[in-house]
Amino acid sequence: MKHIKTVNKPSLQSTVKTGGCGECQASCQSACKTSCTVGNQVCEK
Amino acid sequence: MKAKIHKFEHNGQYILLDVNSGAVHVIDKMIYEMMDTFDGTNDENVVAALKDRYPEADLREALEELHELMTMNQLFAPDIDVPPTFRQTGIIKSICLMVAQDCNLRCKYCFGDGGSYGQERAVMTPEVGCKAIDFLIEKSGPRKHCEVDFFGGEPLMNMKTVKAVTAYARAKEKETGKKFKLTMTTNGILLNDANIKWLNDNDFSLVLSLDGRKEVNDAMRPDVGGHGSYDRIVKNFKKCIASRKGGDWDYRGVYTYLRGTYTHNNLDFTKDVLSMHDAGFDILSLEPVVLKDSPYAITEEDLPRVREEYDRLVDAYMQCRKEGRGFWFFHFNMDLSNGPCVAKRLSGCGAGHEYVAVAENGDLYPCHQFVGRDKYKLGSIFTGITDTKWPQYFRESHVLNKPKCRDCWSRFFCSGGCHANADLFHGNIREPYEIGCEIQKKRLECAIYVQAMQQLEKEENNG
Repeated sequence: MKHIKTVNKPSLQSTVKTGGCGECQASCQSACKTSCTVGNQVCEK
Repeated sequence: MKAKIHKFEHNGQYILLDVNSGAVHVIDKMIYEMMDTFDGTNDENVVAALKDRYPEADLREALEELHELMTMNQLFAPDIDVPPTFRQTGIIKSICLMVAQDCNLRCKYCFGDGGSYGQERAVMTPEVGCKAIDFLIEKSGPRKHCEVDFFGGEPLMNMKTVKAVTAYARAKEKETGKKFKLTMTTNGILLNDANIKWLNDNDFSLVLSLDGRKEVNDAMRPDVGGHGSYDRIVKNFKKCIASRKGGDWDYRGVYTYLRGTYTHNNLDFTKDVLSMHDAGFDILSLEPVVLKDSPYAITEEDLPRVREEYDRLVDAYMQCRKEGRGFWFFHFNMDLSNGPCVAKRLSGCGAGHEYVAVAENGDLYPCHQFVGRDKYKLGSIFTGITDTKWPQYFRESHVLNKPKCRDCWSRFFCSGGCHANADLFHGNIREPYEIGCEIQKKRLECAIYVQAMQQLEKEENNG
């Protein structure tokens, strides 16, 4: 494409069906502790 | 109306996020302007709105590209509802042990009242800690990976319990097939050679607290006698981190990083991140303080300055990378292609339903920040969870059930923010803390920008 460069292979829609294994790390949303927002995590699978 | 896209500009780069697919597109300025009008169905309106500024042929060519993205479900992707993979009831897989509700520092912004959490200063006994491990084993059911975070106050003040619980957990791993990831958050005052060795031998991940520049750290993180802590803790942190390099450390699956807090008093916090980097630390995190009615609190009036500072931090981060002395900044890390699944994005931190805190006396709370907030007490490790309404309420308090979150563009990245902060400001975990939201959104833009630029750079290098 000339005007658009997509920089990722998005997976959000497909994980509606495939996710939920729950083996991923807990993700504290606050300003303390390990303080990882889910957006900053990767899938453990 | 639910936000389906979000767009922003930084340093002449125009970025478009498709909220429901997670697709990130780097676009030109013309498309950036077209997206003010384009809704997927109104090509002629777009042409009419912009034909005085851009050649019509270019606009139509760009519209074709936008429709191509729509066909691929990467623009205006369908709304996401609660998926069947999101279990109705959570499984507790992570606990926070308040091994010492006491501390040897008196940080001025401490949410735990100097470690005591508004209660008597006390430490957890090994019996309570081991019983908490039993509780976790039982509650985690089929989950193999469980997490135990040793927290406080200052957990190194109670190594007797830390050691006993660790030995017990490791023995239980063999019996049950569980795998416990152990973490400690420490202020470093007691991080001496013996403690470093023991934590290393036992594969602890470590979160080390430091606020950046010496003068900033010492103003906010004095010891009980009012003396600054910087010189003592930096010396210990350097030793600790040096001891975790080389050998098999890259493969142990443990992490060690420095985290700090910025307040109203150091809104020039890029200097604090760079100060930590200059001191030789390269895995870093710096967070805004969360306080109500305090001279250190970040206020609404501070937000423009905070946003500017994140722009400055992004530029400094990119510059360091360019010079070959890059560092890892937690909030700029993001895997745009292999991020968490929708179920995880709805679960968020899991407070109250996948994660609980165990107070020194064994009382259970939805998370460490709720310790001492009696209304939220869930039960105790001796009785189990006796108040079952809260775990379910926390489980259902996800972004699609929160009025202010369900329409927000960042809903699948922030998971609705911190429940404890929402409770602190509004007495309601479903009403997010607005200043936190604004800062979070800015950080997400920064992270998306950083990842997009790194991807473009990678593609350029690969020809």
